[in-house]
Amino acid sequence: MTEPSPNPLRDPQDRRLPRIAGPSSLVIFGVTGDLSRKKLMPAVYDLANRGLLPPGFSLVGFARRDWADEDFAQVVHDAVKEHARTPWREEVWNQLAEGFRFVPGEFDDDDAFERLKATIAELDEVRGTGGNYAFYLSIPPKFFAPVVGQLKEHGLAQAAGASWRRVVVEKPFGRDLTTARQLNAVVSEVFPSESVFRIDHYLGKETVQNILAFRFANAMFEPVWNSHYVDHVQITMAEDIGIGGRAGYYDEIGAARDVIQNHLLQLVALVAMEEPIAFDARSLRVEKQKVLSAVALPGRLDQHSARGQYAAGWQGGTPVQGYLQEQDIPASSTTETYAALRLDVETRRWGGVPFYLRTGKRLGRRVTEVAVSFKRAPHLPFSETATESLGQNALVMRIQPDEGVTLRFGAKVPGTGSGTELRDVNMDFAYGGAFVESSPEAYERLILDVLLGDPPLFPRHEEVELSWQILDPVIAHWATQGRPEQYDAGGWGPTCADQMLARDGRTWRRP
Amino acid sequence: MKFDLVDTDASRIAASLVKARRAAGSPAMGMVLTLVVVTDEAHASSAMRAAAEVSAEHPARILGVIRRKRAGPIRLDASVRVGQNTSGESVVLRLSGDLVDHADSVVLPLLLPDSPVVLWWPHDAPSPMAADPLGVLAQRRISDSTACRTKRAAMLAQARHYVPGDTDLAWTRLTPWRGLLAAALDQHPVTVQSAEVRAERSNPSADLLVAWLASRLGVTVTRHNSRGPGLTQVRLLTRHGDIAISRPSGRSAVFAIPGEADRPVALERRTTAELMAEELRRLDEDEVYAEAVRSLTKRQDTKQEKSA
Repeated sequence: MTEPSPNPLRDPQDRRLPRIAGPSSLVIFGVTGDLSRKKLMPAVYDLANRGLLPPGFSLVGFARRDWADEDFAQVVHDAVKEHARTPWREEVWNQLAEGFRFVPGEFDDDDAFERLKATIAELDEVRGTGGNYAFYLSIPPKFFAPVVGQLKEHGLAQAAGASWRRVVVEKPFGRDLTTARQLNAVVSEVFPSESVFRIDHYLGKETVQNILAFRFANAMFEPVWNSHYVDHVQITMAEDIGIGGRAGYYDEIGAARDVIQNHLLQLVALVAMEEPIAFDARSLRVEKQKVLSAVALPGRLDQHSARGQYAAGWQGGTPVQGYLQEQDIPASSTTETYAALRLDVETRRWGGVPFYLRTGKRLGRRVTEVAVSFKRAPHLPFSETATESLGQNALVMRIQPDEGVTLRFGAKVPGTGSGTELRDVNMDFAYGGAFVESSPEAYERLILDVLLGDPPLFPRHEEVELSWQILDPVIAHWATQGRPEQYDAGGWGPTCADQMLARDGRTWRRP
Repeated sequence: MKFDLVDTDASRIAASLVKARRAAGSPAMGMVLTLVVVTDEAHASSAMRAAAEVSAEHPARILGVIRRKRAGPIRLDASVRVGQNTSGESVVLRLSGDLVDHADSVVLPLLLPDSPVVLWWPHDAPSPMAADPLGVLAQRRISDSTACRTKRAAMLAQARHYVPGDTDLAWTRLTPWRGLLAAALDQHPVTVQSAEVRAERSNPSADLLVAWLASRLGVTVTRHNSRGPGLTQVRLLTRHGDIAISRPSGRSAVFAIPGEADRPVALERRTTAELMAEELRRLDEDEVYAEAVRSLTKRQDTKQEKSA
């Protein structure tokens, strides 16, 4: 095959031109689920609305429902109306809805997969989708293997000629190192690694790029980004909600596997890594893997890890029940809904700077942030009374909600007759953006990347395995420790987490 | 917070901005640019509303400049708004008397320190924009020839006086069309032999699209009149058949490729706020527009030589 001649209408200087995905369709397994209705369907519509989907784009739903194409279209319609980010446009909807198909069936039903194959062939014919499909596995991990197997068996995973097949997998990527490897073996047997897109929807591409730009596009932060100036780093992901209707899933997984393994460790990697040689997915991966390999667990896990379970309490003005009282949770459950952990990054840059990670459900408010706490000035030429309420300088990268950066530093209180008084003040920056075309949802970026075949910034299996290597010993340790401590819903976690920091002479920030 | 200042000057306006910011309790400024909107009473409210919408994506200090009667006493009135439906600040300046010729003396002290300045003429723009006393303050000068009385003539005048930093919303309107055309050739890398553009007679965007296609493809591109609205069709003629995008209604379009079923695509005309948001995403020179403009003026010159 000869190289295709370059497109005369494309010019690297022409940065207005959007990249529109080529002819393709998206097949969603588990299309009746919450995620699919709240995130995937609206994201597809928003992409169409922004003109980024190819003409003829088609959406195929696969699930255990007795639906016709029209019923499916109605479900998508309602989901889009309720959750889409961009305004409703009848004509966008009409052109999109023509490409909706629904295939009812179980994951072990050979006939259903034959019907799926026929549906896809029909779409190629009628809608010109060109034999290009992305399979989105919005299903529990235990079904990955059967579905991927079925795709292979029915010839749905092999692309003919220049067309492509891709697969999207949601976290959690396994429940420990062994299962992660098994899962990877199953998927990689059928799909090459560049066709596998793992998504962590907490950490959109936009956020990752914001962190990278902040660290590496500026001259004034990098010089202090090391153990000479940084005292410690706190990475928090707090949720105010409980487990909702996900009892079955959550009780098997717990907070550490659900959030620390993927989301918080990715944030550690982004904050701690060295500068990548380029801003592309490959160079980024190299640096992230390097720093994750340098992460060390504390010597005594009983002193530097903490876990808890939320008890009944008041959350933002509403009485809420405790974890053990939630529906379908056994009263003997030892699953943690709060997890905290100290990590050290053993590199020249970070030696002696602890990274404290915490996540939990039913905490004070919903927030995800990275707080870099700086050392106190070595000498303060003020009286002791003047600096009493002066804390440590801090730089906080807010991930959500309200993405932005806060800088905390000391300032003199104006006036105050009897001598100088110093106090902490905040300087705040928010990434504007609530506009028609501004910050796309993480899922929009992801779906577009999948359809374009853009190498994702999301972790490849090497990073997933490194993360499990870090977390597995912690979870094994907890398994020997009996029941987690109860903490009041609506607060900031169990007392053992506060003690964990107190041992190091530090306290958690109130985010 | 809203203040109305009657018969005032720039330093009092600046002081009221600081006061409003204090009162709003957020002394830090997240604003990234100053957007100066030159308008008149008739268009002021719609232009300021569009600017406020844009400032949700690009937090900005918006300065609306309205020139009133030149006759009569010199007077400057201002209404200052902070934090009401905008993520930045907005000031509407009303100038009368001899001051109408010295708007820059009011605007200059009100520019945000050390950040880009964008000038926007939502309807009739001066030509050349870069020589305008307000235009010289800006890195980016945006006209909208589609909204001018003389449309195509206005677009041509801007094209002839192009300097880096100028753009025209008539060009911005083409982005979705250009995106689809480029995507078509991504998928079907065929050699285009010629091209046709159909649009309303008065549509300035069509001329820019013709010029862009001609300069990029190096083939003959012809313009044909249609009843509109706006652009209605682009056709790329190839040896394998025509690639065509047709939008007869101004809303949804049909995308046709030889050997494949016709496919509907959404290609709606965008609002001014959406166009401006795209425009403000980059503040450096738009080289592709420059190239299209060069190609356009060259075509016009040859045409005139022929008819002469």
